[in-house]
Order: sequence, then structure tokens, then C-alpha cells
Amino acid sequence: MEFFIDENDRVDGIEKVTGKAKYFAEYQLPGLTYGVLVTSTITKGKIIAIDTKAAKNAPGVLDVLSHLNKPSAAGYEQAGGSPMKIFYTDQVFFNGQPIAIVVADTFERATYAASLVKVSYEKTAFNTDFEASIKDAAVKKLQGAPPYVRGIADAYKTAEVKVEQTYKMPVETHNPMELHGIIADWGVNDKVTVYAKTQGVKSTQNTIANVFKIPAENIQVNSQFVGGGFGMALRTWPLEIAAIMASKQLKKPVKLIITRDQMFTMVGNRPAAYQKIGLGATKDGKITGITHTAFGQSATYENFTEGVVNMSKFMYDSENVNTNYYVIPLDMGVPIWMRGPGEATGAFALESAIDEMAFALDMDPLDFRAKNDPEQDPSQKRPFSSKYIKEAYKLGAAKIGWNNRKNKPGSIVEGSWQIGYGVSVGVFNAGRGRASVKGILKADGTLVLQSATSDIGPGTGTGMTLIASKLMNIPVYKIVFELGDSSLPPAPSQGGSATLSTVGSAVNDVCVALKSTIAELAANSNMDATSNFVDVLKKNNLPMIEKTIQSSQNNPEAKNYSMYSFSIHFVQVKVHQLTGVVKVNKIVSVGDSGKIVSPKTARSQMVGGAVGGIGMALTEEAILDNRYGRYVNNNFADYHVPVNADVPDIDVIFIDKPDPIVNPMGAKGMGEIALIGFAGAVANAVFNATGKRIRSLPITPDKVLEA
Amino acid sequence: MINFQFVRTSVIKTALGLVSKDSKATFIAGGTNLVDLMKRGVTAPEKLIDINHLPLKQIELKNNVLHIGALVSNSALAENQLVKEKFPLLMLALKAGASAQLRNVATVGGNMMQRTRCGYFYDTTMPCNKRQPGSGCGAIGGYNRMHAIFGTSEFCIAVHPSDMCVGLVALDAQVVLASIKGERKINFIDFHRLAGTTPEKDNNLQKGELIVRLEIPINNLNKNFHYLKVRDRTSYAFALVSVAAALEINNNTISNARLAMGGVAHKPWRLQLVEEFLKGKPATTATFEEAAKLAMNGAKGFGENDFKLKLAPNTIIEALTLAKAKA
Ligand SMILES: Cc1cc2nc3c(=O)[nH]c(=O)nc-3n(C[C@H](O)[C@H](O)[C@H](O)COP(=O)(O)OP(=O)(O)OC[C@H]3O[C@@H](n4cnc5c(N)ncnc54)[C@H](O)[C@@H]3O)c2cc1C
Ligand code: SF4
Repeated sequence: MEFFIDENDRVDGIEKVTGKAKYFAEYQLPGLTYGVLVTSTITKGKIIAIDTKAAKNAPGVLDVLSHLNKPSAAGYEQAGGSPMKIFYTDQVFFNGQPIAIVVADTFERATYAASLVKVSYEKTAFNTDFEASIKDAAVKKLQGAPPYVRGIADAYKTAEVKVEQTYKMPVETHNPMELHGIIADWGVNDKVTVYAKTQGVKSTQNTIANVFKIPAENIQVNSQFVGGGFGMALRTWPLEIAAIMASKQLKKPVKLIITRDQMFTMVGNRPAAYQKIGLGATKDGKITGITHTAFGQSATYENFTEGVVNMSKFMYDSENVNTNYYVIPLDMGVPIWMRGPGEATGAFALESAIDEMAFALDMDPLDFRAKNDPEQDPSQKRPFSSKYIKEAYKLGAAKIGWNNRKNKPGSIVEGSWQIGYGVSVGVFNAGRGRASVKGILKADGTLVLQSATSDIGPGTGTGMTLIASKLMNIPVYKIVFELGDSSLPPAPSQGGSATLSTVGSAVNDVCVALKSTIAELAANSNMDATSNFVDVLKKNNLPMIEKTIQSSQNNPEAKNYSMYSFSIHFVQVKVHQLTGVVKVNKIVSVGDSGKIVSPKTARSQMVGGAVGGIGMALTEEAILDNRYGRYVNNNFADYHVPVNADVPDIDVIFIDKPDPIVNPMGAKGMGEIALIGFAGAVANAVFNATGKRIRSLPITPDKVLEA
Repeated sequence: MINFQFVRTSVIKTALGLVSKDSKATFIAGGTNLVDLMKRGVTAPEKLIDINHLPLKQIELKNNVLHIGALVSNSALAENQLVKEKFPLLMLALKAGASAQLRNVATVGGNMMQRTRCGYFYDTTMPCNKRQPGSGCGAIGGYNRMHAIFGTSEFCIAVHPSDMCVGLVALDAQVVLASIKGERKINFIDFHRLAGTTPEKDNNLQKGELIVRLEIPINNLNKNFHYLKVRDRTSYAFALVSVAAALEINNNTISNARLAMGGVAHKPWRLQLVEEFLKGKPATTATFEEAAKLAMNGAKGFGENDFKLKLAPNTIIEALTLAKAKA
């Protein structure tokens, strides 16, 4: 059977749907062995002894490694410091911490042998209770972000109208379908090859180089396809180092894939958060003060902070703004950015409070937002590079039928259901880093582009191909974009919605360079300046030309502007009056993220963000029993990601106007804004439907019923 | 590795013989629950007797009684024409369970025998009287949002997670059990047990017994019925509370009623007293509200599941309302 793609399709779509795309776990190396982790069953304390006799004697077992017998990792020899140095400590920092790895000739045998490892501990008292720890937060010296004050702190307190509320966010886990892991192959002369699940092949390469103190060139990282990351693959986790140590020790390739329950403890999570917002406004709806104080969950052995309070500083025009952000170290695995990261957490609180204020003022929440929309970035006192949020308000409102919304909650009833509308905005920094791309333009009419970037799903290759296709006037099927290989020209990790901007700029620059070389060659060989590159190369007897370009990080103009992508989410929900069940009926998400380079994958990002947003709003919560420090719903039956039946049709609208500053394409990232704000829109819609304000996510039937 | 034998037979007698001889032998049907339990180390049978080839896949109407083989899959049962016509309540209950993929392999017998989804039961490092008698109950004082409000004991507050069984208990089904000694028939309502002091026992199936079929007498409850399952997401989630309701209504007066709840007890929770109350009453919201109140006699929350004290009666009212509206 033959397949065809049109120019909007994913360049790797056929490989993905036919199973040809190879994910890290699918590589079959000769002599492959299998690692399985032994994890702590206590939450805090010290390992006294590890009895591996039975495990080592079990059939097929090659070795059991722990802090007692690991091979050396030179970068770990120095005491102290973060991150956690696996097998270099006898301390238990959290329940489910990897403390040994069993390697055997099959996965099943390794799994069984891991169950035979007996560990004795000295337990110490621990604390995993996030909310209870906030009470004494004031007296402790907490880390976090420096406090921010503009104008008068806590000005909301003296405002004509004020809202003062607390918003809660549980632990969420990324849990992409693809489980985390690695295949590690420590070869002769300290040459290391890994097949990884990573959002950054260069970052994985550097981490391994640092841990084992071997030259980065010795390390080859392959990660062409990633089955979802959402942020959890932005760092090299201790478990990956464990597999590499095992391979080093055994001189054999080791494959380690963790289990679904291990996905809850050792590869990060969206931290729980507790946020207080104080909002003050004049009676006619002008915001006079915003105070945003946030506490985030972190770990005792390593600190994690994120941008929970950022949005409050500049999204609305207020003379007085102050923010505080603290993290609470708990005896839990360290969190990591999860899609939309802290901004999504913060947006839920701020956008709920904005809605509460609009209601207190008896204003339409859209009008209230428009009235307080700043002309320029009030925190930096400089213009936005581009911002069409008011236009986005209008487009989204028209599409969802906002004029059907009644400002009075509980006004629309259909049978046992109450109907409500909600809106919320999202915003994320339109970052751009530095990347290198190599372009190889061939006389057969094809173009190969190479960069050590990643594609965790958004369609990086597709976006890059489209950028090049337009610039070079080459059809997409004649362009190949290679990524996920650390030997290619360097690029940063895929995170923070910056890949299209960063790598796309380098693709742009390399294409421009290739074009000018072709133009020169054409001129030198007396050809027309508009000649096709194939003819030019042939005339010059060149099979190909190559260029590698590192894009500059920014337009020099950029420092004069604040650069952000914006989104606005509209939802219509229905809430069952007797059972408290919430269903999202309609979604309209509008993205204001500059020029849309790849319409199909861009839409897919917005759709994925909305689905993740439904999860955040209605279903997702990792539940830990604080008496034991263990998760009690660490599986896909009990940790509820939304299913198809939870997701209505999603309308996606793009403003699609180029940003003149950010990069040559005029395109800003949009992976995060697709999710940021969404949960607030749902919570606001639930309020509009019922008059019940749920300030604690997820909005499950019990919370609605008891509100 | 934990080795176990795997024996396949297509002869009922052989299967019964095998399981009666061996105290660590167990049947495997769809495997959707048993295999998970084996993987998590909750159970470690030494011999699996694959019963999927036993001749227990028929659905037949005999003398006004529907006979359903124990190995009929949940989806085949839900799609069966006789079930759709005569016992649409059962069809709804089946379709509310699990996911399409699971229902394709899950069997009637396996569904009845599935174990609780209590998180402590599945985590072998935590206390659980059901998994390890005497180790304590993790859910009491812990995470018990999904747990029981009726018929609990100080040893266990788990719920039976099935939807199908809630429909069956409402329909006065009977269960036919076979062992090497012969067959016996018990009422479905007596099949599952309350936890009491022996939470390790989910039901009254004796060692060596095989569920061979269900029998459901034809009734007139196929016009005004509803199965309402309240859950955390629209599909593929266990019930917070579910209600099976069926009414016979003549001139707006209820002449017959069936009512059962899921997600509230260690067994499918039939509400016979409430059914009696409903008989002869007008089919009005006021009646339904009173019935719901009555249904809650003896209910008790454990903290995180207190909301069920409100959700359960509300769900009853809504299920009865929708059942009434159906015709
Ligand atoms: C993720 C997930 C979600 C689910 N959601 C739901 C839900 O929402 N609602 C719901 O009702 N169910 C749900 N289920 C449970 C599902 O219905 C059961 O797993 C299934 O019905 C079990 O049937 P089986 O044939 O696979 O049983 P198996 O796993 O093969 O067996 C289960 C037990 O029954 C015993 N057994 C099987 N047949 C017989 C017999 N004939 N006689 C005696 N003993 C027998 C076995 O020995 C074993 O102990 C869910 C399951 C999963 C995994
Ligand atoms: S409720 Fe029952 S199954 Fe759950 S922990 Fe307690 S004893 Fe075990």
C-alpha cells in the first residue's frame, strides 16, 4: 500500500501510524540485557543492608547493583550537592526511590529477581503533607523566588471592591503513554551509546559526560521518536544513570523501562500548589491591586521552582502588584515542569480571581479583562512585540456564542443540567534560544536539514520542513529534517515552547545562506539569478552544497520588547444538579502566537492542550497517603486522564499575524499556551452554571455537590 | 520467576477435578483482573486452569428464564438481542463498566469474582485485611473516597466494583455453581458477602466451585428502567455511586420496583425495603425523594467518602426519575 502526504501533514505521520517509527525501547542491540529497579518502601531514612543473595542466585540474573557495589561515576565522587546521586548514597529521600538495579537476561527474570532483594532500613520521621506544611511556612525560611513589588504591596486591601481567595492544585503526573527508560550501551574505550526518551539529546549527552567525566564526544544519544514528554523528559533522571552504570559494570547493553507506578515517583510531577490571590478594583472595574502568593511542592534533596506568579505581574494593568513564591520541601520525589508549567498553575488562580472580581462588580468577565488590558508590559514598561488579545476575545466569543451567556449564575437550565460559560486567558514567554542547523542542498533536488533538536510530538520536523519549503520553494516531500541525534549540530532541549522559534530561526538562516550561495554560483556561471538550484549545482558540477549556521539568539531589537504568546479559552459546560458531574460541551481556544507556520500541527497542539486542560480541570490528581508517603492511585485505572468521551469537538482559531520582532518567521511558540488558562475557563464556567465556585482542582462531582 | 502451571481444558468435569485437588489452583477466564493481581504480587496461584474453552457461552431463554453461560463476554451479553429486549437494565449496567476493550474479554463469571479496587489491596507494602488478614485496614483513616457507606466493618470498608452485578441483583438473578459434588443454585443476592470479620472472603463460592451460569426470570421491568453511574470521568472509571432502577408503572402508580446500588458496599446493594415502600405510591418526585431518604438508613461515611451520603440519595432520585421518563 502506498501513502501520500499533503503539505500540511506530518512528515513522519506515515511512519507513526504504520509502526515504522522507532521509539527508544524498540532498539534491539545484540546481547541486550534487562534492568529492573528495586525501590524504597519507606519514605525517609537510611538503608542498613541490602540482601541480594537470593536475587543473584535467581535464574538469568547477571548482577545487582546498589550504593554498595556500583561502578564509579567520577562526577559523583565529590560529596554533597544536587541532584540526587543514585547509588552514591544510603539515604532514602522518598518512597519509591530507586535503590538498586537488577540486571538479567530477560525482563521477566529481572522483575522476579528484583522482588527477591531484601532491604532493611532505619526509618526516620517524614513529611509529605503539603497543605499541613503551609501553616508553619511563615516561620520557616523558605526558598522560592525573590518577592516582587510594584507600587504599594497589598494595595487590594484598601480597594473599593476586593476579592481574597485561596486556590489549590494537586500533584499531577505527566504519564505519557510511553514509559520512561533508556537503553545504555557502554562500549570499549568508554564510548557510550544510549537510546533515550529525552526532550534534549544534547542535554542528555552533557549530563552523562558530567556524571561519568568522559568527553561528550564519546557519548552518542539517539532519540528520534518520543512517545510524549510533557516536560518529564527535560532532564536525565537518576534511573537513567543507574542503567548506564549497570552497562558500564557488565560491559553489556542494558535496557531499563520503568513501570507505570514508578512513573509517579521518580520522573517528576507537576507540583501541588496553594495560592492566595488578593484582587482590588474600583467600583467601575479598574484593577488597583494584585497580590499573588504561591506555595509550591518541592523536595528535600533538590529544589524545584517555576513561574507560578509570573503572569500576575503583567497580564493586567495595575499600578500595584506584589508577588511571593515559596517552595515547601517535602519527602517526595522532586517535581519537574509539566506542560504549561507553573504558569498553568498560576493562571488557574489568577483567572479564577479575575472572574470572581468581574462577578463582584457585576461585569461581563470579558469586558472586565478588556478594560484592564495593558497597552504595554507594566512590569517592564516596554511594549509587547505583538499582542492581539482583544481581537482574540472577539473571535472566541463569537464562536462559542458568548452572547447566550447570562451574567447571573444558574440562569440556564436544561433538564437536570445547568449550563454555563467560562473564559480564561493564558500567556507564556515567547522564548527563543540559539541553535545550529546544517543544510545540505543536493543536485537531485532534495534538501537535508540536520539539528540535534527533539520532537516529543508537536511535529518539529513538519514545522521545520514547512519553513524551509517556503523559503527554498522546494516541495515538502523533497526535504528531510533529521533530529534526535546528538552528533548533529547542537540545539537546546525541547521545552518552554521555544523549539519552533529557536530551531526554526536557524533553519531560516541556513536556507537564506544556501540561497545566497546558489545565487553566487549562478552569477559566477553566468546563469540567471532566479535559476533553479538543481540547474545551478549541475552547471557547477557540484553534487551538493552544505552550510551550517548557528542562529543568533535574538533580534537586537528584542530587548526593547516583551515577547509573549497569548491564548484565550472559552468553554461551555453542563453541570448535573443532583450528581455534581461536570461535562465540557464546547471548547473554543484562540491562539495569538504570531504567524502559524504549520497549521495542522499547530491545531493539534491546541487540541492536545485543551484535552490536558480538561484533565487538569476535572480529573487529574495523584493521591498520596501521608501516613505512608505512598501514592494510592498510581495506575491508569485510578489516575484519571480524560478519555475520548470527556472531550467535545474543539474549535481552534489562530490570529495568525506575524510578530515583527521575535524571529524571521514571525512565529511564537504555542505548546504551553494551549494548556495555560484552560482549567480556569472550566472553573469559571462551572460557577456561571451553578453559582458554585470551586477553588480546588480537579473539579470532581463530590466537590461540586458539597460546595 | 514465580512459575505456575497453565492447564487448558474444554471439559467442565476436568476443570472441576483439577481445581478441587489443588489448593493453589485457580480458574482463569478473561484474565483482566487475575493477571493484574498476579503482576502486582497480590496473588500467586500455582496452577491456572484456563476455562475459556468450556462450553459455557450460551444465552438461551428456557421456560421464561434467561440462562447465561458464565463465559459469555460482557460485550456479547450487552449486545445480545434477548438481553436488550427483556433485560435492558442489565445491558445498561454492562455498558457502563470498564472500557470496550475490557468488556470484550471480561466474562460474566470473572466480573462477579473481580476483586475490589481499593488501592491498599493492590499495594503489597501497605496494610490490608483483605489481602493479608490481620494486617489492618489501610483505607480506614486513609484514602477512602471510593469506599463503602453501607454494611462496613472495622476490618474492611471496600466496595465491590462491578456494574453488571448491580443490574443482576436488581433482576432477581440466580447463580448456578458446580463442583465435583454436583450443582447448586443460590440467589444472586446471596452470592457476594459483607466484609464482617472475614474481608478476605468476597463471596460464598466454595473452594472447588465453578460458576456455570446465571438464570434470570423474565419480568415486566423492561419499560421503565435506568442504570445511572456517577464517576470521575465519562467512561473507564469505577463508580462513585451507581444505581440500577426499574419500575412498573400503571396510571402513574408504581406497582413493582427494583432498586440496587453499586459503589456503596462490599456487595451489590439491593434496596428491598425501599422497593416495598415504592409499591403503590405515585411515581412522583416526592415519592422518589422519600425513597432515597429511606435508602440511606444505616449509611455511614469514613471521611473522604462522606459525600456519598449526599450523592447516593441524589443518584437514586435521578435514576428513578429517568426510569420513569423512559417509556
Ligand atoms: C482498568 C479497569 C477498569 C475496569 N472498570 C470496570 C468498571 O467500571 N465496572 C466493572 O464492572 N468492572 C470494571 N472492571 C473489571 C472487569 O469487569 C473485570 O476485570 C472483569 O469482569 C473480570 O472478568 P475476567 O473474565 O477477565 O476475569 P478473570 O480476571 O479471568 O478472573 C477474575 C477472577 O474470577 C475467577 N473466575 C473467573 N471465571 C470464573 C468462573 N466461571 N467460576 C469461578 N471463578 C471464576 C478467577 O479465578 C479469578 O479469581 C475494570 C477492569 C479494569 C482492569
Ligand atoms: S478497605 Fe478492605 S481492601 Fe481496602 S485496605 Fe481496608 S481491608 Fe483492605
